[in-house]
Amino acid sequence: MGKFDFRRIIDRDNNIAQLLIITLVIFATMSFLEPSRFLRYYNFESISFIFPELGILAIAMMLAMLTGGIDLSVIGVANLSGILAGVFFTRIMVAEPGATGLEEVMRVGSGALLAMMVGLIAGLINGLLIAKTKITPILATLGTGQIFVGLCVVLTGGPAITGFPAYWGMIGNGKVFGIAAPLVLFLLVAITIALVLTRTPFGTKLMLIGTNPRAAVFAGLRSERMIILSYMTTGVLASIAGIMLSGRTNAAKSDYGTSYLLQAVLIAVLGGTNPAGGRGTVLGVSIAVIALMLLSSGFQMMRFSNHLIDFIWGAFLLIVIAINAFRNRAR
Amino acid sequence: MRLPAFLHRSEAAVALVLLAAIVIIGAINPAFWQPDNIFNLVRANVVIGIMALAVLLVMISGGIDVSFPAFAAAAMYLTVIAMNHFGYQGVVLPFIAATLIGAFCGLLNAVFIHTFRMIPLIVTLGTASVVRGLLLGLVGTSIVNIDRMPQSLIGFGRSTVSIAGSQLTLMIFVYLGLAVLVWLFLTRTMLGRGLHAYGGDPESARRVGFPTRRIVYAVYIAAGALAGFAGLLHASMIWLANPRDFVGYELDVIAAVVLGGASIFGGRGSVLGTILGVALLVLIKNSLIILRVDNTWQSVVVGAVIVVATAVTALRDRRKAKAGS
Repeated sequence: MGKFDFRRIIDRDNNIAQLLIITLVIFATMSFLEPSRFLRYYNFESISFIFPELGILAIAMMLAMLTGGIDLSVIGVANLSGILAGVFFTRIMVAEPGATGLEEVMRVGSGALLAMMVGLIAGLINGLLIAKTKITPILATLGTGQIFVGLCVVLTGGPAITGFPAYWGMIGNGKVFGIAAPLVLFLLVAITIALVLTRTPFGTKLMLIGTNPRAAVFAGLRSERMIILSYMTTGVLASIAGIMLSGRTNAAKSDYGTSYLLQAVLIAVLGGTNPAGGRGTVLGVSIAVIALMLLSSGFQMMRFSNHLIDFIWGAFLLIVIAINAFRNRAR
Repeated sequence: MRLPAFLHRSEAAVALVLLAAIVIIGAINPAFWQPDNIFNLVRANVVIGIMALAVLLVMISGGIDVSFPAFAAAAMYLTVIAMNHFGYQGVVLPFIAATLIGAFCGLLNAVFIHTFRMIPLIVTLGTASVVRGLLLGLVGTSIVNIDRMPQSLIGFGRSTVSIAGSQLTLMIFVYLGLAVLVWLFLTRTMLGRGLHAYGGDPESARRVGFPTRRIVYAVYIAAGALAGFAGLLHASMIWLANPRDFVGYELDVIAAVVLGGASIFGGRGSVLGTILGVALLVLIKNSLIILRVDNTWQSVVVGAVIVVATAVTALRDRRKAKAGS
């Protein structure tokens, strides 16, 4: 790699720098408007529990966008993973009264494995439909998303599944060395994906497929396999988000987190991902998710209703689109 | 095997599937054939059908629209609230107002999609969130119930014609009338032909001199207008106005348009196919109960229908590409 060059980070379309400035402006504005409540340790601690789910979903969305696709089924996958884990815990592998801690950990571990298998299979289905059957990603994932949500309804009959083991709750509410467990998990996922994208042939090839699919074919890349693998990764990430969501709320339901879909797309785009493919960084997405979390926590403190916060998210997306359009034109 | 020419059209395939579905469902449960059931199915076509016409226009242009449910809700709720506020009783003016509100929202889409050159899916996700957020956050979240719903709208929405002792809603003719208008626009106007060209290849359409800017603006404004109109029609047919209504409609409507043979890549799609696609989707969704399938399976069935229909379309497209047409 050689020596660290700060200009290279800035030069990445100025995107990271622009994002950092936006984040700082949001932080400063909110601190100025609500100094007593916004600047409390408790506020940042609660953000560190909530944002990782959304952050992981946004990274998943970015992965799908790298090849010029999109995954509209991530929320369905996340909920289906949580619900199947819930079914597993309440009907198949029910807690035994005198279970030792190790047995409980094993039980939670197998539940998590099951949930991630759900994501893997769901991603495989999406990948096959997109790469082999050549269905447009929007329609394929719209359809499978509907199927996954439908399976959630069939499995639960409507109401939420509760009764997750205590250790499962620690994934969403616990602390590791005083740091929120979801945050630790998020960092692990983010670093892994970042390394895969920047330091492995898989990542490089994925970027190439997104930049120029035709050239990728001529370069001898097995595009179909790459695309299937990328949707499988997206699926697993979605299921990890589902594990965290059900762990934090101790429940799983077919319509949890539906507003996350728009937000995940928004964060991915705001984080510098090109929805047409070929460009996107984990760092950009991570900064974007923190910026938007600061924004909505600040507005919540100012007693804006959740509907108005939805409006602000949407407006933010449109403004970013407009700014980027003007910047590209100026160049 | 050589088939007659009309059977090669994708509309024929949809019509055959529709016919087969009707025969099968009718054979499984003869209750299907009761006029009440059939007229209810026809009635369920109206609002989804008008929205599908909107999505059809957008899809022919090569875009996709997920914002029309929010626009429909905004047009419907704002109009009803305004009517109650001014104590206005009428039909024509409110529908014009709702159509204009929808058209204005559509203009917003057009500006971002054409002027700022952003992918339609992401723009419409954003405008949907903006419009719905403003509606629920600033205007209100309470449902306008039947007792506060303007009587003129209820009267209009409940107008029916009696056939064989059952009531067929007259709104079906409103829907079919709009379908004819859209068909005339698509096939008989320069802008409509240009829309097909633009959807097929924007750059070529621009080079041969089609006014691409006007095409994109016309498409999204018309789509918004149709959505606004459909929104108020929905309220007058169910006698209440709920600002949270139409959530999830985007799936059904897009599915119906794709079923009808429109290509998401643009350039291809027809009004007749869309009408058949809507009829097929409504039939499948509403016949689960008659087929004694538990209603919780509805989403799974709709999702599966989308996947199968798009897979078939994709295979057809690839075969055509291989044939070198």
